[in-house]
Amino acid sequence: MTTKEIAGKTIHFDDSGFMADAKEWNNEVAVELAAEIGINPLTEMHWQVIEFCRQDFLANGDAPNVRRITKQAGIPTKQLYKLFPKGPAKKAAYVSGLKKPTGCI
Amino acid sequence: MFEEKDRHLCIICSKGTLDMAYPGLVLANAALMEGIDATLFFTFWGLDMITKSKMTHLKVSPIGNPSMGIPNAVGGLPGMTNIATTMMKREIHKLDFPDIDEFLEMIVDAGGKLYACKMSMDMMHLDGEDLFDGVKAVVGATEFMEMSEDAQILFI
Repeated sequence: MTTKEIAGKTIHFDDSGFMADAKEWNNEVAVELAAEIGINPLTEMHWQVIEFCRQDFLANGDAPNVRRITKQAGIPTKQLYKLFPKGPAKKAAYVSGLKKPTGCI
Repeated sequence: MFEEKDRHLCIICSKGTLDMAYPGLVLANAALMEGIDATLFFTFWGLDMITKSKMTHLKVSPIGNPSMGIPNAVGGLPGMTNIATTMMKREIHKLDFPDIDEFLEMIVDAGGKLYACKMSMDMMHLDGEDLFDGVKAVVGATEFMEMSEDAQILFI
């Protein structure tokens, strides 16, 4: 477990480098996490994905996989890879302050 | 954690049964989700996976497959292949894995590249019209060697 100062808050990260406590997250934290991995600015479409990931995590306890995001949030695969290039599920989970997704698809 | 990877995975798909079609697709898709380039090369029976008239009708045979636990004498009865196929498809859908055509579409949309083997196409009297639209080109084995230079290669 490590901690980092982000957007004026002390945020805890787990051993995989993802946020350990989703409750420490807020929109400002998301903006900084996104910028850190090269996603800047966050567009409306990004927020749509982030909101879905947060809701799905709160409901199921897991960060959603790519297929779940595309099917349930209605974001086409191509678009999702454009929004979060080279690792959409992982990057979306990271920015959303969730644990690393474990899904195979 | 999110560093750009200079990694390329080439998967040769050589089988046309349902159970042997999925591993290549799952791995190609997993690679893309991890930011790894993925190329799929379909050869011999693997061409069935990208042949429009066959790709949605792949089957799994209970014959000669001890893992299924069905004696060959029973597995050889009429209709058993269809029963085994229906059962496997049901399980695949339960896990929310898509059918072959939709899976290939996902892979192409994620940036994966699909190629058909020229020799197998000639052998099976197929032409470009017979293939799934997402297939980039029909190439020979030597071209495959060029495009897989420095890549990790999996033969399925």
